Amino acid sequence: MITLPRPAPPSARPAMPAALKTLLKARWFQPALQLITLFGFTLAILAGFFGTPAGSRNFGIVFVWIVWWALLIIVLVPFFGRVWCTVCPLPAPGEWLQRRGIIRRTPGKLHTLGKRFPKRFKNMWLQNFGFLGIASFSAIILTRPHISAGVLLAFVLAALGLSLVYEKRVFCRYVCPVGGFIGLYAMMAPLELRVRDCKTCLEHGAKDCVVGNDQGYGCPWMVYPGNLKRNTYCGLCFECIKTCPKDNITIRLRPFGSDLFVAQERRLDEAYKAFIMLGCALVYSTVLLGRWGWLKNWANMDTLPHWLLYAAGLWLFNLVLLPGLFWGAAWIGRKLAGEMKIRDLFVAFAYTLVPLGLAAWIAFSLGFVFVNGSYALSVLSDPFGWGWNLFGTADAAWTPFAPQLLSFLQVGVLSVGLMFAVNTAYRSARQFYADHRGAFTAMLPVAGLLTLITGVFMVLYLG
Amino acid sequence: MPPLIVKRRLILLCALLVFVAVWFVPLPALRASGTHEFSLDMRQFEFTPGRIEVQQGDQVTITLSSSDVVHGFYLDGYQINQRVEPGITRQITFTADQTGKFRYRCAVSCGALHPFMIGELVVNNNFPFWRALTLLGVSLISTLVYLYFGANKA
Repeated sequence: MITLPRPAPPSARPAMPAALKTLLKARWFQPALQLITLFGFTLAILAGFFGTPAGSRNFGIVFVWIVWWALLIIVLVPFFGRVWCTVCPLPAPGEWLQRRGIIRRTPGKLHTLGKRFPKRFKNMWLQNFGFLGIASFSAIILTRPHISAGVLLAFVLAALGLSLVYEKRVFCRYVCPVGGFIGLYAMMAPLELRVRDCKTCLEHGAKDCVVGNDQGYGCPWMVYPGNLKRNTYCGLCFECIKTCPKDNITIRLRPFGSDLFVAQERRLDEAYKAFIMLGCALVYSTVLLGRWGWLKNWANMDTLPHWLLYAAGLWLFNLVLLPGLFWGAAWIGRKLAGEMKIRDLFVAFAYTLVPLGLAAWIAFSLGFVFVNGSYALSVLSDPFGWGWNLFGTADAAWTPFAPQLLSFLQVGVLSVGLMFAVNTAYRSARQFYADHRGAFTAMLPVAGLLTLITGVFMVLYLG
Repeated sequence: MPPLIVKRRLILLCALLVFVAVWFVPLPALRASGTHEFSLDMRQFEFTPGRIEVQQGDQVTITLSSSDVVHGFYLDGYQINQRVEPGITRQITFTADQTGKFRYRCAVSCGALHPFMIGELVVNNNFPFWRALTLLGVSLISTLVYLYFGANKA
């Protein structure tokens, strides 16, 4: 639990199994998966615009916000990191236009204006504010098919527009609100793409992984794989595996949460992403799964002043209150353990919210997936709510799945998240305080705060 | 095997035993035998009252009504599902034989926020909640003990 196995010396890092390597090197692999998801995505948008306005009978709501969301947050992100980005349909039209091709590697430069993305936006802040903006309207987006479809379409158009102006996947890297939190929580995944031997990359001058060659494109995510230490910004497009002439890039398993301890890459924008994600999980659990009807109506914009109060509360809680509490805990820890740069300590401790936040989102998602998952059966047969019965399941009744099991799972997930978070706090503190006792003391206030937050979730779910 | 590894495994084993004990040790049922009657009104997208508390063993009668559109009353864990039209009251009766928090939900699509129209029946003593809080404490303490005594101090 405390000491992760040391990374094996580069020469010992194994190559991928041959079958996997062949698959990932195939140029058709990613577009084939994207075409499948693009089909589902197009269906979701069409159903949103032209199908029934009843969300629980509309493919666009049920398959995006119940099925896809559950798959993403409960399975894909915790176990496979950014693998959704491999198959995500949002950037596909823009990327295919840039390349003037879908499968084969088209020669020449990308077709784009080739502008440089402003340096001040090369971080997670746009994604942070984008996510908060969407979260402010979530009660509406999650339940109105036409608005949900409009948001999805806006994402595609934004990705398309940015791909015409800027090179590569600027939308995915700096703008996509979903990509932001997937990147954050991908740090937990036990799967990573890394080079086998850093020295080989240093000695290789051509840098095919960055500039591309006849086998593939330069990294669309603007990452140099030779220096990749975390999953956060690698979109698992596998172009580097295709282009590397040294066969030096591999995919491998590792302990959960290994990226949380890469001290030199911690940043305030990522710390705030962690606050926002945990804060939103707490707010959603209160508003959507709680018993307070007036709060649901405020979020549902029953009147503009009510919604403004709700949105202001959401933003204040996520951007001021939660970070403020963490700052206080880090400050107390520093007072107890010894002087240290408070900002660095604050940012480092914020990463403890990655495991806890992921656990909180899993617990929250279980809460509505178990109860509302059965809508998927009827929607599968009648995606538009037009009275079709394609697979004979259109009349499947709404049946909550094992609601009495739910709280056991939520408690289990939250407890594991808390243990992981406290462990992360200690290990992060050890990077500041060389002695064991100092590090342990420094992280105690943060551990208390993490426990308090977990306790609030338990009160909401079981109390 | 190095002593540190032995120590860590011992701490983990102890924590696991405490976990199992907290979750599975049977607690005495404090059964009541009272009768409680409640009126519960439904309108988009809330139940009034939003929370009902009774004791384990109580016989509970709930009179359901709707103030706007057709709603449904589904009670988790008790397999109760009742449709309620506006202007017509319905009555359900059951014995609260399981402790814990059970959500009641609207079971008839009633509008945009229908899936989130939720209320709570709490059957005291809410043992699952107290077990969960105890587990939370055990999680924290066992992790701290593990980190303090099982860490590589070098």
